[in-house]
Amino acid sequence: MIQHIFLNLEEAVSVILFGIGFTMLLLHQNLIKKIMGMNIMDTAVYLFLAAKGYINGRMVPIVVDGIQDASAYINPVPSGLVLTGIVVSVSTTALMLALTIRLYERYGSLSLDQILTQIKEEERA
Amino acid sequence: MSFVQNFPFFSIIIAMFSGIVSSVLPGKAAKRLSFFAIGITTLMSAAVLAFCLGTGESYTYMMGHFPAPWGNEIRAGVLEALTALLFGIVMFLAVLGGLDYTKVDVEESKQNLFYILIDLMLSSLLALVYTNDLFTAYVFVEINTIAGCGLIMIRQKGRSMSSAIRYMIFSQLGSGLFLIGLSLLYDVTGHLLMSPAKEEVGQIMAAGIYKIPMLVILAVISVGLAIKSGLYPFHYWIPDTYGYATPTASAILSGLVSKGYIFLLIKIFYRVLGRENVIDSYLANVLFLFGVAGMLMGSIHAIAQKDTRRMIAYSSVAQIGYIYMGIGLGTQAGMVAAIFHIFSHSASKALLFISSVGLYEVSENKKDYLSLRGAGYRNPMAGIGFGVGALSMVGVPMLAGFISKLLFATSALESPHKMFITLLALAFSTVLNAIYFLRMVITLYRPSTSSEGKETEDEPIEAKKSSWNLRLAILCFIVLNLVLGMSSQPIVAAIGDGLMMFE
Amino acid sequence: MSRRRDNYENSRWMKFKRWVDGETDPLAGRMEARAYEDKKASHSSNHGRERLEDLEADTEEVLKRLPIFANGYDSVVDKGLMAFRRMYKVMSVLLCAGIIAVLLWTVSYLPVFGDAKNPDNNEVSARYIEKGLQETGAVNIVTGMILDYRAFDTFGESCVLFIASCCVLVLLRIDDASKDEHVQMRKKEAEYDRLYEPKNDIILQKCACILVPIIMIFGIYIVLNGHLSPGGGFSGGAVLGSGLILYLNAFGFQKTGRFFTQKVYQRVTLSALTFYCLAKSYSFFTGANHLKSGIPLGTPGAILSSGLILPLNICVGLVVACTMYVFYTLFRKGGMK
Repeated sequence: MIQHIFLNLEEAVSVILFGIGFTMLLLHQNLIKKIMGMNIMDTAVYLFLAAKGYINGRMVPIVVDGIQDASAYINPVPSGLVLTGIVVSVSTTALMLALTIRLYERYGSLSLDQILTQIKEEERA
Repeated sequence: MSFVQNFPFFSIIIAMFSGIVSSVLPGKAAKRLSFFAIGITTLMSAAVLAFCLGTGESYTYMMGHFPAPWGNEIRAGVLEALTALLFGIVMFLAVLGGLDYTKVDVEESKQNLFYILIDLMLSSLLALVYTNDLFTAYVFVEINTIAGCGLIMIRQKGRSMSSAIRYMIFSQLGSGLFLIGLSLLYDVTGHLLMSPAKEEVGQIMAAGIYKIPMLVILAVISVGLAIKSGLYPFHYWIPDTYGYATPTASAILSGLVSKGYIFLLIKIFYRVLGRENVIDSYLANVLFLFGVAGMLMGSIHAIAQKDTRRMIAYSSVAQIGYIYMGIGLGTQAGMVAAIFHIFSHSASKALLFISSVGLYEVSENKKDYLSLRGAGYRNPMAGIGFGVGALSMVGVPMLAGFISKLLFATSALESPHKMFITLLALAFSTVLNAIYFLRMVITLYRPSTSSEGKETEDEPIEAKKSSWNLRLAILCFIVLNLVLGMSSQPIVAAIGDGLMMFE
Repeated sequence: MSRRRDNYENSRWMKFKRWVDGETDPLAGRMEARAYEDKKASHSSNHGRERLEDLEADTEEVLKRLPIFANGYDSVVDKGLMAFRRMYKVMSVLLCAGIIAVLLWTVSYLPVFGDAKNPDNNEVSARYIEKGLQETGAVNIVTGMILDYRAFDTFGESCVLFIASCCVLVLLRIDDASKDEHVQMRKKEAEYDRLYEPKNDIILQKCACILVPIIMIFGIYIVLNGHLSPGGGFSGGAVLGSGLILYLNAFGFQKTGRFFTQKVYQRVTLSALTFYCLAKSYSFFTGANHLKSGIPLGTPGAILSSGLILPLNICVGLVVACTMYVFYTLFRKGGMK
């Protein structure tokens, strides 16, 4: 089993990064670090996909010299998925950052806990 | 190919295109365009439903010039069309009912942005319902999430922004899990379209290879979508988001968005992973347990709430528990009950959110439910609407909620191991539902001789009329509830047929 | 030994740990204060001085109201809270380890990395490679795949970007009509930022003079050659957007405002997305109804080839470039005015 993990080193690394990012997004208090966690998590998935597309000894999927043999190029599908995924991740990051800016302006804190306590105090007042 | 078969594609594109065009329109024109888009897509869904019922089978629609394993595809059948139709109706009424509040809560210059969000939300919901491709599903899940977040924070109060960021965080956790599940699935099957992926999954299962990856894929995708739809242990974002958004947004989020994810999950269970595999893997039991826990805990939390809208929001947690319990039963009947509950819950919950607005209007916009005392007299239409919604949630005959409870109970009889727990949970949860909903309804119709006893005694109770659109929306919602409750037979039959077509 | 213990608080590890815990901000109290002083000194002869002082007073007030400046970064020390935090950390480490363990366990059963016989190297990717050139006309197979075979996903992706920009507009655009006090506060800050446009940094401006044309041409090259070489609408658009941002930073809003305003942004995005939407609807409709699309694919390898892919790449590039630039302006000062 351990041996197999070493054969799949890229995937192993990417799932470790995924775990780290996931935990950061879920449990870190600081909003900016949460966003970093989200990006780590997304990027880990892209690494996973990119690793899945790779085939030993083959070229990038751009037709060269008219060679159109499936055994000459790597799998183009994961690359396309990564491209789409990156755009999605950029969009969500921008949205989260904008929300963070507004919350920071209003409550002067990046800690979600502090923000929530302040909101509760505001409501009580 | 009949022209009607183009309609699912048309409705997605029309909704999206009207969103794009709205970016340069002034608020009012954007509003009209949005109503037009929702209306026409609803009509199209109805036409597709009629077509599918007529032919008695589903069909796939190529998105481009390339057939199944290569190009994108969407798929329409009875169940998809029915869901799209219901989603369209609820969305139309929710936007209509919250119209006045949208004007107040959203800045004048940003009105058109609100309607862009509505349009894109509609198109993403339709795409989630019709999709036959896993990666398309992921992309539209993200559109749905971002549009949902936009609808929450468009009110721009501190509370709605903090709840928006919590919503985003939880949704991103869900999306991340969903995406890694998709990648793993692609890795072992090599397909992204649902039908070829299912064939491949069947072969894998028959050959007995990749057992553990399949189990993890199943778990990760289910947990991801469960987080996004707010199943019990992951429900923290629900009360704030539903409780502090503008009314239209609350109604749409609780009635449609979470249901869209659940529908996608059911579709993936049936069309990709295979229902037998889901049941064999014991994951169904886990979903069942979480569902039961959600039913009870959601109601208990709701009883503890004083704020009306938060109370309704917690009740959503309980109702989503019902749906997952139905899925977890693992029988065909349980699934039918779950889908019917998706429908009845979106109709009743949207009604509750919209009519609670009408009650706030006449109670000085106080959030505490005790201050709604006698509001049922001051705003009769909203009072009746709230009453109908609440009774439907409790499960009074003739209303939608009753049918879904009946279906849950009968389906429980078919699965001997879970029968006892299901029936017990149903009974308990109904009692708990009754406690807080009837408490609300009774408060609404208590004559408001409050302890301060100042305003209402001397002044005659002014029966303030809400605007026509709110009353119309409430009326239509009540009719929808009655239709679901009284003529449920054809709908249940259609759901059954639709599920058969899924396999 | 004792000396080491004295310095322990200031050791790099402790500093790093405090920073990780979010207790200190290495830049707190340094960046903003100095920036204000500099501006005051260098612009003392500025005709807008009175206005500036007004603004500064306002900003200081605003800053005072932020708790960070009022009582520093220290969080409340409370026994119960500390215990909870410790538990929280332990739980997070356990959760993280749990997720990683489960996924590693899965990975150990997955197909081997880089093997040509893996399940994902099936007839799907084979057809993309073998027939992609004839069917889409694109030399770059990935572009052919995302803009022709799986174009619906890509259309959804552009809509994700569009809707995200709408949401950021809702959050950060400053409208004159807005009554909210926080928006007014941000408006003041934005004015303060705008008062010194352009910054007239000679090094930046000279570098920008040389770099911006190169960046722009490179971006256009990437967009136009998306079907022939690595790249395409999104990457080229991002390069174009960064060129615009550099230009803006060097020469200020007054210069960029001459050719890039809110209206231009709206029109460009609208026309690009509309074209995208209509073109793809046409091709979806004809495809599903088994009609000929009638769009010539051209000779593969030529710049004007591969049917709709080139115009679609241009559209995506325009949308992305504009969106990146708008994100920047919104984050910096709430709009382009």
